[in-house]
Amino acid sequence: MEIFDILVSASFWAAVLRIASPLIFATMGELICERAGVLNLGIEGIMVFGAFAGWMAVYAGLGLWPGVLVAFASGALFGLAHATLTVPFGLSQHVVGLGVTLLATSSAYYAYRLALPEVTSPPRIEPFQPLDIPVLSDIPFLGEAIFSQTALTYLAFATVLIVALVLYRTPLGLALRAAGENPSAVEAQGLSVTAIRMGAVMVGSGLMAVGGAFLTMSAFSSFFFEMVNGRGWICIALVVFGAWMPGKALLGALLFAAFDALQIRMQQTPLGAEIPYQVFLMVPYVLSILALVLMSRRAEVPAALMVPYNRGER
Amino acid sequence: MRLEPVAAPGLARTLGLPALAIAATVVVASALAMLAGANPFATLGLIVKGAAGSKFAALETLNRATPLIFTGLAVAVAFRAKLWNIGAEAQLYAGALMTVLIGTQMGLPGPVAIPAMAIAAVLAGALVLLGPVLLKVRLGVDEVVTTLLFNFIMLLFISMLLEGPLKDPMGMGWPKSEAIPRDARLPRIVDGLRLHWGFGLALISAVVVWVIQVKTTLGYEIRAVGQNPQAARFASIPVGRVMVKTALLSGGLAALAGFSEVAGLKGNLTLDLSPGFGYTGIVVAMLALLHPLGVVVSALFVAGIFVGADSMSRAAEVPTYIADISVATALLFMVLAILLTRFRVVRG
Repeated sequence: MEIFDILVSASFWAAVLRIASPLIFATMGELICERAGVLNLGIEGIMVFGAFAGWMAVYAGLGLWPGVLVAFASGALFGLAHATLTVPFGLSQHVVGLGVTLLATSSAYYAYRLALPEVTSPPRIEPFQPLDIPVLSDIPFLGEAIFSQTALTYLAFATVLIVALVLYRTPLGLALRAAGENPSAVEAQGLSVTAIRMGAVMVGSGLMAVGGAFLTMSAFSSFFFEMVNGRGWICIALVVFGAWMPGKALLGALLFAAFDALQIRMQQTPLGAEIPYQVFLMVPYVLSILALVLMSRRAEVPAALMVPYNRGER
Repeated sequence: MRLEPVAAPGLARTLGLPALAIAATVVVASALAMLAGANPFATLGLIVKGAAGSKFAALETLNRATPLIFTGLAVAVAFRAKLWNIGAEAQLYAGALMTVLIGTQMGLPGPVAIPAMAIAAVLAGALVLLGPVLLKVRLGVDEVVTTLLFNFIMLLFISMLLEGPLKDPMGMGWPKSEAIPRDARLPRIVDGLRLHWGFGLALISAVVVWVIQVKTTLGYEIRAVGQNPQAARFASIPVGRVMVKTALLSGGLAALAGFSEVAGLKGNLTLDLSPGFGYTGIVVAMLALLHPLGVVVSALFVAGIFVGADSMSRAAEVPTYIADISVATALLFMVLAILLTRFRVVRG
C-alpha cells in the first residue's frame, strides 16, 4: 500500500531524476573510457575532486556554469594523468586507476583544508535552482515530476543523447569504438590509437567530475568529505549493466535511482521504522552487485578493454 | 612513442629509476608544503622526526605498520594471481568483528581465546572474499567492483551491529562494542614498550607467505595463473581452484589486520577502527612489487609517512592529507619507474 502511494507521487519521480543525474554523467564518462578500451577506476576520486573543484570555484566568485567548466577541466586533468600512464606506457589500469582515485580524493581534501583551514562546517554556495519552464512546468503531475529540475539534470540527459550520437553516428565515434575493439584496425586507417584513447579518457574523466559537481552545485550546496560515497564504483557497475550502451546505461541509472529513492521513502514508513536504517543504505550496493551478476552472461565486453596497445607489436 | 624491451638492464637502471620515483615524490611533497605556506625542508624534517625521531615515534610507526603489513600481504598474494581484491577493508572488519564476538561473548580464558579469535577472524575474512571470487570464477563477474562494493556493505553491517546487538551499554551512546577482557589481549613483545605481538605475527605471516610463494606447489600455481591463465589451464592447473585458494589466503590475511588491531591495540570495535588500511594495503603491496618480504619494508615506509605527517601537522600549518597525496604519488611514480627499468621509450 505504502509503496503504491510512493510510486504515484510526483515528488518521488522528481527525486529519481535528481538521484540519477550525477550517476548519468559519471556513467557516460566511464562508458566513453571503456568503449575506447580503458577501464578508469579513477572515477570515484575524480568525482570527489569534481565535487570540490566546481563548488570551490563558485565559492571563490565564479558563476555556476564556469564552475561546471572548472570541474570538467579538473577531471580532464586527472584523466590526462591516468591516460598517460595507462595508454602510451600501458601500465596496469587497475593499479593506476586506484592510484588516481587516492590522488584525486586526497588532493581535494588537502585543497579543502588549505582553502578553509578554520571552518568546522563547510560554507554554502547558491546552487543551481529548478528551472521554471513555461507551460511544461505547469502541467499537473508531470510538471512537478519531470519539469522541475535544475539545468544540470537536463544537461545529464542531453549528455546521453550526445554520447550516443557521437558514438554511433560520427567517424570519431566509430574510431573510438574500434580503438576498444580492434586497435590495429584503427592504426591501419592511419589514426592514432594513443590519441583516441587519451582523448576518450580525458573527456570521460571530465564528465565524471561534472557528475561529482552535481552533488555540490545542484543536489546540495556544500562540499562534504565522503559525499561521493561509492557512487563512482556504482557507475562502473552501471556501465556493465548497460552492456556498454548509452541508452541501456541510462535506463540502468534511472532504475537504480528509483530503487534508491524508494528506499529513502520506505525508511519513513511505519514498516521501515522497524528495520535498521543501515539495511536501507545497503540497498544501492547490493543492487549494483545483483546487476553485475544478472548481466554477467549477456554483456559484450569491448574486446580490447584493458589491453594496452603498443604499436608495431602484433 | 613506443616501448622497447631493455635486453639487460644495468644496476643504474634497476636501482636508479625507483630512487628517482621516491625523489620525485619528495619534490611533490615539498611543493605541497610550500603551497601551504610552510618551509618544505622544515616540513619534511618534522615528518621524518615524527616517524622515527624518538623511541615513542618509532614504536608508533611500527604499530601503524602492523595492519598495513597484513593488508599489504593480502593484496600482494591476490594480485600475484591477478585476483583484484580491493576488498581488504571489508575483510579487515570481518576479522575485527569475529575477534570481538569471540572475545566478549564466549568467556574463554586468555590462552584459548587468543587463538580462537585469530582463527575465527581468518575464517570470516576468507569467507567474505569467497563470495566475489566464486562470482568471478563461476559467472565471470568482475571482482574489482564486487569487492569494492562489499566494503560499503560490510561497514554498514558493522554500523548496524554497533548500534544494535553489539552496542556497549556503558558506551555513553557511542556506537562501539564492549572491550575484550585484558587476558584475551595480545601481550606486548617487550615489557614496557608499547608494541604488541600483532607486529610479530605480521612479520611471521610475511615469512610464511614468502615460503608459500617460493617453496610450495600452490605458490607456483598462483604465479602461473597470474602470468597467463590460458597457459596455466593448458598445463592442467585448475585455475578456478587456485583462484579460490588464493582468495582464502588473501581474505584471511586481511582479516588478521582486524584481529590484531582489536586484540592488540584498541580492545573494542568501532567504525573508525581502520582509516582505510585496506586501501592503503594496495599501495603497500605495489611499492613492494608484490614481494611478501618487501611488503614489510614498504608498510614501514608508508606507516612512517602517515605517522610523521600526523605529528608534523600538529606543529606546522600543513594539512595531514599531505601524507595521502604523497603515498598516492609514490605509487604512480613507482609503477612507472618499474616499467622503465624493463622498457625503453623510443620515438616513432
